Amino acid sequence: MSGIEILQIWIIAFFTLALFSFLYKDNPFYRLAENIFAGLTTGYQVSLIWDTVIIQKLWDPMMGGQWWLFLPGLLGLMMFSRFSPKISWMSRVPLAVVMGITAGIFLTTQLHGFVLPQMQATMNTFVTAKGFADYFLASLIAVGVISTMIYFYFSHEHVGVLGVTAKLGIWFIMISFGAHFGYTVMGRVSLLIGRTQFLIEDWIGTFSYIL
Amino acid sequence: MRTTLPLAVAFITGVVFVITFFLNEESAIVGGISKQLLDWLIIIGGFTLLLGVVSILRVSWQSVERRKEDWIYKLITILSVLVMAIPGLLPESWSSLFGRQEGSIYDWLFLNLQAPMMATMFATLAFYIASAAYRAFRARTAEATILLVTATLVMLWRVPMGEAFLNLFSEEIPGLINRYIMGGVNLAVQRGIIIGAALGAAAMSLRIILGIERTYMGKS
Repeated sequence: MSGIEILQIWIIAFFTLALFSFLYKDNPFYRLAENIFAGLTTGYQVSLIWDTVIIQKLWDPMMGGQWWLFLPGLLGLMMFSRFSPKISWMSRVPLAVVMGITAGIFLTTQLHGFVLPQMQATMNTFVTAKGFADYFLASLIAVGVISTMIYFYFSHEHVGVLGVTAKLGIWFIMISFGAHFGYTVMGRVSLLIGRTQFLIEDWIGTFSYIL
Repeated sequence: MRTTLPLAVAFITGVVFVITFFLNEESAIVGGISKQLLDWLIIIGGFTLLLGVVSILRVSWQSVERRKEDWIYKLITILSVLVMAIPGLLPESWSSLFGRQEGSIYDWLFLNLQAPMMATMFATLAFYIASAAYRAFRARTAEATILLVTATLVMLWRVPMGEAFLNLFSEEIPGLINRYIMGGVNLAVQRGIIIGAALGAAAMSLRIILGIERTYMGKS
């Protein structure tokens, strides 16, 4: 193992331990690592956006003859008018373009791509069911979908039949959230195992080269 | 002008995409316009992210300039941004250390600092999740109990040792968890949430296109 590699491992180990130190309490090492992490993440985005958006989507096509792309470029620059209170209203125009396009896409795709296919899939479970177990599962899914949607329906007070269905909905939601919680915990624990393995195997492993 | 122009722009761009959905997207005019507008969206989105970066730098620099509390950390943030961004912005033709390719400063910083720090940040959340689970358990409500029992079953099901433990009671348990919790209740709730959120998003989109929803413009 070369000296550079050992230095590299020690730098990573320092920042790993500095970030873990927050588990005890806030301290200068953690804040140093936290701010470096925030800065590096921001810097990473700058280079990425500059290359993939500004150069590849705007500058290169403009130089290639698509001169009309100066318009979105100008609109993008108008976003920076937010820094000046006198002309900050100008940033509303590019924002309106973004909101308008997004709304136009969402209005149709949300209904066509999500609502109808999900409803179709729920009904199809009954069509493709074979035997009691399949019908039970299909009924469970149908009741779950309806009760979940009713739980999030706030236009009427949750009393009577609506209240009972909403109560059933919250039980379904809790089971689903529990499943997600379990998955999230497993994901985080596997990351923790990865970092611990790095510290024990790689970092402590360098001691034999140093000592 | 300050309100009408943005509203008109949102209406026109929104309507273009609604019309595109109903007409032939492959046609030269309709398909061309919608494709151009999608590129516009990406470009303006890129500038918006850069605006965020400039804003972070501006706020941090103001703290440094006025020597506010913890200004030294703000200076570290600014330096970290510059150290990561500048080598990535410089052309590869100048040096193999510049640009974003393998072996560059940008690549080294990402692999050896940014990625391990991000993994560590998320790993620390394991402890906070455990703490949250303990507090939820102490709530002693039926809902909290359901959540924790399901979470425990899923966690056991996802690791070989846990699965072996569940098999001690019945070898059918892992299969039942997969079929009825993941493929039944969880699927149903996800569908319910997706349908609800999609209906909400469609309704909100219509409000934006028609100019009823104006909060994105901020204070007038």
